[in-house]
Amino acid sequence: MHFTKDHEWVSVDGDIATVGISKHAAEALGDVVFVEVPEVGKTFAKGDSFAVVESVKAASDVYAPVSGEVVEANDVLSTAPETVNAAPEADGWFAKIKISDASQLDGLMDQAAYDAFLATL
Amino acid sequence: MTDQALKTTPLNAAHRRLGARMVGFSGYDMPVQYEGVLAEHRWTREHVGLFDVSHMGQCKITGADATAQFQRFVPGDYEILKAGKQKYTLLLNKDGGIIDDLMAGRPDHDGLFVVVNAGNKDEDFAFWNANLEGDAKLTVLDRALIAIQGPEAAELMSAHEPVLAEMGFMETARLMLFGVDAYISRSGYTGEDGYEISVPADQAERIWNTLLEDARVKPIGLGARDSLRLESGLPLHGHDIDAATTPVEGALTFALSKSRKERADFNGADIILKQLAEGPSRVRVGLQVKEGAPAREGAEIADADGNIIGKVTSGGPSPSLGKNIAMGFVPPAFAELGTELKVLVRGKPAAAEVIAMPFVAQRYYRKPKA
Repeated sequence: MHFTKDHEWVSVDGDIATVGISKHAAEALGDVVFVEVPEVGKTFAKGDSFAVVESVKAASDVYAPVSGEVVEANDVLSTAPETVNAAPEADGWFAKIKISDASQLDGLMDQAAYDAFLATL
Repeated sequence: MTDQALKTTPLNAAHRRLGARMVGFSGYDMPVQYEGVLAEHRWTREHVGLFDVSHMGQCKITGADATAQFQRFVPGDYEILKAGKQKYTLLLNKDGGIIDDLMAGRPDHDGLFVVVNAGNKDEDFAFWNANLEGDAKLTVLDRALIAIQGPEAAELMSAHEPVLAEMGFMETARLMLFGVDAYISRSGYTGEDGYEISVPADQAERIWNTLLEDARVKPIGLGARDSLRLESGLPLHGHDIDAATTPVEGALTFALSKSRKERADFNGADIILKQLAEGPSRVRVGLQVKEGAPAREGAEIADADGNIIGKVTSGGPSPSLGKNIAMGFVPPAFAELGTELKVLVRGKPAAAEVIAMPFVAQRYYRKPKA
């Protein structure tokens, strides 16, 4: 699993990246009450807002950690947004993206680097 | 603003020991949540929530001219307010705009005890210092303020002081409580029964901890305070009402005393009475957002044809109702209950309907008439 500085995570299987928000991000948000996942077939550039996650207090953008096309969205989150709090780095995934530029993965942090990054916040 | 610039309440160390997540709010380092907004919200609706609201402004206005001077800038009749009662009112500017909303009462026989919003207190105090005439005098009180809210609050508090069971909603007293000189009112900002107690700053932590020893009591942060007041239809100054909003537009005409309207002798009375007679151009309404995401402050409101007619001023999920609710302003022609509207959330229209406020029934304790 790899991470961005915006607290998204990416898990790569072949050319498909499963994307979600980190445990740290889910805890910081608090109770998630609404998630807007991207539509299948849409393409996003790295850094685009591709989903929205809402706590009781506020809405936050989730940014695409890599460029590509959405091939699957986690529809469970529309009826059970609390899954993001319960299992942010597993069942609470947001979408699967077909990676268009694999070199973008090089800029992501591994778990140890992300933990070190969190320690600086 | 850096953390160093934030002021602290006398309960800051207590919040940190409880593991609260702290945020800057109105210049204070305040707890936004302890265990989580939803759990805290529900706990307050079912048991007792304990809130540190010491960031709010507390003052007394005293002197023989206090009532007459205070009344010049608010539309409530304080001449007829008896000792032991308090009243919600609005500090108005010359245009009838709401500088602040506040509670003012007579807990003792020494003038008015007034509680104002944290974000406005410096402005309010400066306003009174500049405008109170005669011998009316403002004294700012540097005390802690603790709210005890929820259906079990009365049982909890009357075990400490039996007379508190006898108080009705919006009654107030000055008495010895937890061994200190306290101002207490049966009121709050959650829609639940409960009390607010003003105590000396150096005794606040002891009293806070004493209250938390009871298993019915949990500390509640500003996050749930906001969702609780939203469900109760209570406006938040600086968001739902402000200096450019009149009491008529803000749907707060209950705060206009009959005698004061007849005398038309308060700041902005001409404008406010004209709006009462002719209708305002916009009015605060409650909305249910019937699909999609919650509509937040700033979301545009459109009519059924898509014409933009207003804006959401507060909104979010209602933990008690399990649906998305909001407050916003629309022209009176669209304010009728049941009117079908749209709210634009991130540009996308979602169906909304004008519904009655409070969204969740208020459960204040009103004494049976003697």
